[in-house]
Amino acid sequence: MDFITQPWEWYVAGPIISFVMFLLYYFGERFGVSSNLETFCSIGGAGKFVNYFKIEWRDNLWNLIFIAGAIAGGFISSNYLTTTDAVAISPHTVQDLADIGIMNAGQTYLPDEIFSIDTMLSLKGFSILIIAGFLVGFGARWAGGCTSGHAIVGLSNLELPSLIAVIGFFIGGLVMTWFILPLIF
Amino acid sequence: MKYIKFFLVGTIFGIVMSKAEIISWYRIYEMFKFQSFHMYGIIGSAVLFGMISMLLFKKKMVKTFEGEEIHVAPKKEGLYRNLLGGILFGLGWALAGACPGPMFVLIGKGVISILVVIFGATLGAFFYGVYKDKLPH
Repeated sequence: MDFITQPWEWYVAGPIISFVMFLLYYFGERFGVSSNLETFCSIGGAGKFVNYFKIEWRDNLWNLIFIAGAIAGGFISSNYLTTTDAVAISPHTVQDLADIGIMNAGQTYLPDEIFSIDTMLSLKGFSILIIAGFLVGFGARWAGGCTSGHAIVGLSNLELPSLIAVIGFFIGGLVMTWFILPLIF
Repeated sequence: MKYIKFFLVGTIFGIVMSKAEIISWYRIYEMFKFQSFHMYGIIGSAVLFGMISMLLFKKKMVKTFEGEEIHVAPKKEGLYRNLLGGILFGLGWALAGACPGPMFVLIGKGVISILVVIFGATLGAFFYGVYKDKLPH
């Protein structure tokens, strides 16, 4: 069981993610998580205000079921398949994070400075969470895909638009990590 | 019954995202700091194996379980949509330390605050829909 409970290496994870994509196409659908956000809008009645959301959301039910499965997978993994919450990140990363005010990096799965309940209930903490989400949702729909649809499917399919989008992901990610995060904490 | 298979595929996805620590904020920070090969190895090998899948679909060597040909829809062209949308997405990805898939997996891990991020992401998708026609694509 040791090979299950210890963290999985990249060469295990990458091919499995690829297999997930393969299965979704084999079952007649596609691989793309961020389109569920639009489905949420449609279910919530956004189609009454904006034509863009006037879709038959039941056509995307399979994708909602897929993310329900992903939630179940997260539950199973953290409750039954994992013995420690520590993440073995590079010592350089731990030091860099300490320098910008995020302490004990890697000892827990997520930084308390962003995800603890206390942080969430503060104005600053809540704002960070909601702005982060907003950027992901707005950006993913503008670009027409996220890491699954663009980085995995699009690059696999040698799509130029996906290459441009992934370059964009990295420009944004590098600017946030190197220049904005140090100012926040 | 038809939907159970999607639930199971999602479960595999959730387990691998969680077990390979892709849903950890620290792994995303580490990736953007170029301090580990982990995330690059994951995305790189997923794309490499993905190319083989795409080839099998294109050569019609693999069809759907119902015997239909598999066509992968092309992505929409446009420098503005892909680059600018991509940059906004990247800013959010590095701040939240999670892209849309991991956000849902984190619910399963019991991270309450990720619900705020998902709410923000839904709000973002909504505002994109509202202002879509005013944005360059």
